[in-house]
Amino acid sequence: MTINVKVMERPVGEASYVRATLKGLALTLKHLVDPHRVTIQYPDEKWDLSPRWRGTHRMLTTEDGKAKCVACGLCPTVCPANCIKLVPGEDEEGNRYPLVFEIDEFRCIFCGYCQEVCPEEAIHLGRHYENAEFQRDKFVYDLERLTAQTHPVSELWDPAHPKGE
Amino acid sequence: MQVDPTMQPLQFWAFMIFTILKMVLIFSLYMLVVAYTTLAERKVSAWIQDRHGPNRVGPWGLLQVIADGVKNFLKEETMPGQVNKPLFVLAPAIAFCTAMITWAVIPFGAPMPTPWGRVDLIVADLPIGFLYVIGIASLGVYGIVLAGWSSNNKYALLGGLRASAQMVSYEIAMGMSLVCVLLMSGNVSLPAIVAQQQAGNYNVILISIAAFIFLVSAFAETNRVPFDMPEAESELVAGYHAEYSGMKFSMFFIAEYANVLTASAMFVTLFLGGWDIPFTSWDNSSQYSVVRSLATFAMFAAKLYFFVFFFIWIRWTLPRFRYDQLMSLGWKFMLPLALAYIVIVASAVLGLDASGVARTSGAFAAAMGGINLLLVILIFVIIDRGRLISPAYSRLERERVARLRKVTADRAHLVHGEDR
Repeated sequence: MTINVKVMERPVGEASYVRATLKGLALTLKHLVDPHRVTIQYPDEKWDLSPRWRGTHRMLTTEDGKAKCVACGLCPTVCPANCIKLVPGEDEEGNRYPLVFEIDEFRCIFCGYCQEVCPEEAIHLGRHYENAEFQRDKFVYDLERLTAQTHPVSELWDPAHPKGE
Repeated sequence: MQVDPTMQPLQFWAFMIFTILKMVLIFSLYMLVVAYTTLAERKVSAWIQDRHGPNRVGPWGLLQVIADGVKNFLKEETMPGQVNKPLFVLAPAIAFCTAMITWAVIPFGAPMPTPWGRVDLIVADLPIGFLYVIGIASLGVYGIVLAGWSSNNKYALLGGLRASAQMVSYEIAMGMSLVCVLLMSGNVSLPAIVAQQQAGNYNVILISIAAFIFLVSAFAETNRVPFDMPEAESELVAGYHAEYSGMKFSMFFIAEYANVLTASAMFVTLFLGGWDIPFTSWDNSSQYSVVRSLATFAMFAAKLYFFVFFFIWIRWTLPRFRYDQLMSLGWKFMLPLALAYIVIVASAVLGLDASGVARTSGAFAAAMGGINLLLVILIFVIIDRGRLISPAYSRLERERVARLRKVTADRAHLVHGEDR
């Protein structure tokens, strides 16, 4: 059986090597003297995050330093990734508070539903993304760690102004 | 070279001491420059590609080379089980040493006066000059071939084979281009070649095509893109140094950049007047002075570094040749061109000498320059039209191409499923 070999005609008159090389050299020299760099020098320079950036979670606190959370259970219910663990507690005056409130940052998909659903505006996503750790279990943020975060929180999308921030 | 009659050459012991001093100085300076050439390569490549390049270690990344050096010294050297150990160890040493010792014959400045006599700024003024460089460059291929063979690895072996075939092919064109230099200077000694060009008639004007052939062959000899077939990453993993690691790999790396420096220095010396400062005859007088030596050394370094930059610039512009194109360029274009050019240059020089035009005069340069201009136009406009780099089918006979075309046409109905 013969193999089909497709033999192409070459445009001999237009094909060149020396002239094409000179063109290429001119192009690279142009980039050498007039670079169009788009690289950000990351640890030194950082992008400005959008106000709607959804990053590391943060629990807001009242004036006396307690978490605003009332352990209503809406956020673990709405969470599509099932990453929020909440054990509610109740003090002698009947105020509910979270005994355990943990967010697994590995499971989280950063959809922002917990912030949207929260009646007390307690749990928020934040404009923050540098959360590297050396151990996997450090990625389960407990209540203490969530309240200790200080980064700015993300803003919710306003359906009335779909293009606004 | 003009010799100042008042300045005697060195006596024996002073000569020995100064030679050892020059060796140590040149070696350390050379290693430093080679190291910084690797940084220059990374920086220039980054700038060409709109990146930043290494900029974390030291100001503007200037200490990167030290970090790299320390890393390479401390890295574990793996010795693969299947290698031929003596040759595996010997190969990087050959590559490294041959790249180093070429520098012995390159003059890098005007002679310097000292209380003990005249010190020539050249480590060893060998009377055989560039023949020595060509000989050592041919030995350099042993490092690569032995590395490829002793690695006992198919990719490394292919890299070594490619290196040997490529070097043998381009060495011939290179040697032929140097015959033209010989016609101009009448001497193979490099200081004599520099002296011949001191009047201002640089060989790059007198014998431009030879300079072009030498430059292209130098790229092939140093295994740089577009001729880096021996280490073509996309085909051969890493080619001849695929099995090497740590300092042994580093020695191949240093050898590559050392070869780039040597090739640039050779080009500068043979075709660009070496350490001669152009457009002035101040540096040509027979009065030696330290300032003059230093100024000419700076000029040599500037010319040298321009060509190192040119090597880097080419590397980040051109893609790699296909192997058959590389061979056909070497044998079918470079070699015939070099041979024909020898005849042209020899006849032109004979004619000009017979008509009494002095070699150092402007008329000589104008006449040779005119001939070269004609040839350059010929190459650019006529030969560089699909003939320089041939397509693969040009290696087949014309009848076979026609037969293949016919077979393809006959079988078209099978491919497309038509009735006949």
